[in-house]
Amino acid sequence: MTKEKALFEYLIRRADDSLILGHRLSEWCGHGPILEEDIALTNLALDLIGQATEWFQYAAEVEGEDRDEDDLAFMRIEREYKNVLLVEQTNGDFGKTIVRQFLFDHFQNLLFEKLLESEDEQIAAIAAKSIKEVRYHLKHSSEWVIRLGDGTEESHKRVQESLTDLSRFTEELFFQDEVDQILNKEGIICDTADFKDQYYKNIQAVIDEATLQLPEKQWQLDGGRKGVHSEHLGFLLTELQYMQRTYPNMKW
Amino acid sequence: MTTDITAEDIWEFLEDVKDPEVPVLTVVDLGVVREVNHIENDHWQIIITPTYSGCPAMQVIEEDIKKRLEEEGLQIDVKLVLHPAWTTDWISEKGRVKLEEYGIAPPQDEADKSVLFGEKTIVPCPKCKSKNTKLVSQFGSTACKAHYQCLDCQEPFDYFKCLK
Repeated sequence: MTKEKALFEYLIRRADDSLILGHRLSEWCGHGPILEEDIALTNLALDLIGQATEWFQYAAEVEGEDRDEDDLAFMRIEREYKNVLLVEQTNGDFGKTIVRQFLFDHFQNLLFEKLLESEDEQIAAIAAKSIKEVRYHLKHSSEWVIRLGDGTEESHKRVQESLTDLSRFTEELFFQDEVDQILNKEGIICDTADFKDQYYKNIQAVIDEATLQLPEKQWQLDGGRKGVHSEHLGFLLTELQYMQRTYPNMKW
Repeated sequence: MTTDITAEDIWEFLEDVKDPEVPVLTVVDLGVVREVNHIENDHWQIIITPTYSGCPAMQVIEEDIKKRLEEEGLQIDVKLVLHPAWTTDWISEKGRVKLEEYGIAPPQDEADKSVLFGEKTIVPCPKCKSKNTKLVSQFGSTACKAHYQCLDCQEPFDYFKCLK
């Protein structure tokens, strides 16, 4: 695999995580449990889709073919999406959306901190731009995990169920293959193992305060980075791609 | 054709371009215009940077900048750069005053240590200036604002949140 191919693949993985989670959050528009949270979730969606645009633009530039960020976002087939399984999981109730966000925010925060030091200027610039937003996301999701976990019997029960369910997807966040090895050698990215312990330490601190339990041993799922997804992604893409599939190349 | 338009003139023309979502601020007050570069003759390049990654106003800002400067008979390229990342420190003093008069609390540095995560900010009410205010939601009417309420005059208000 050439360095360019690896870089393109890496950028697509970053972009797809943000795009798919951003789309999931946008599904809350008009359905939030309270107005403030409806607005908050769609604000997060906007940040994530904005980040996805930046990653896709750079990916398109690296690829050097006649594709732009919209082609990459809308015109690929399911197997070509390389997001982790966590972000495509359905919204469930508000508590599940928050737990999913919480597990992802803490990962993104540590990853972007590392990417600030990337030898690749554009990657460092996107990370520097995004991390400021991610810190707000992280505070929001962590505070809600505590509020719901240490809240009523019902809220505690529900977020605990979601945490148990979604904890099956945390190991995949640290997935690495040839793509990562090539870029790591060039100083473009870091080894995800470098911040894995920190990740579990950070989420554990919030989980403890929320009086919740992270299952000690949990069956871990992966496949997203190779394009092998859960059944949920197909349905999501049907909606995400509808306009471009129906009216190819349409513009606003 | 060459005219005697200078970079200073361009900066002045840009003072007419408002942020579409906070129309009391110009793009210069907001700090999104980073550089004005002369290319040749009437051809200029304007470098802008987004406030938030997903800010939907950026495209409008880009078009408005072009439109305003083309009125002067100039040929304009607008280039968007991400680095260095925008910070609320780049909002001008004049911009901060205008924000407050408009009813949006400008970004603050003072931290309120009494709350969870210890980083919340004391935001004085832009109407009655009371410091007795509470955060309603970290996410407000646009990506760049949080939603607060004054506990003295009871007025809800927007806070232009700090981004560093």
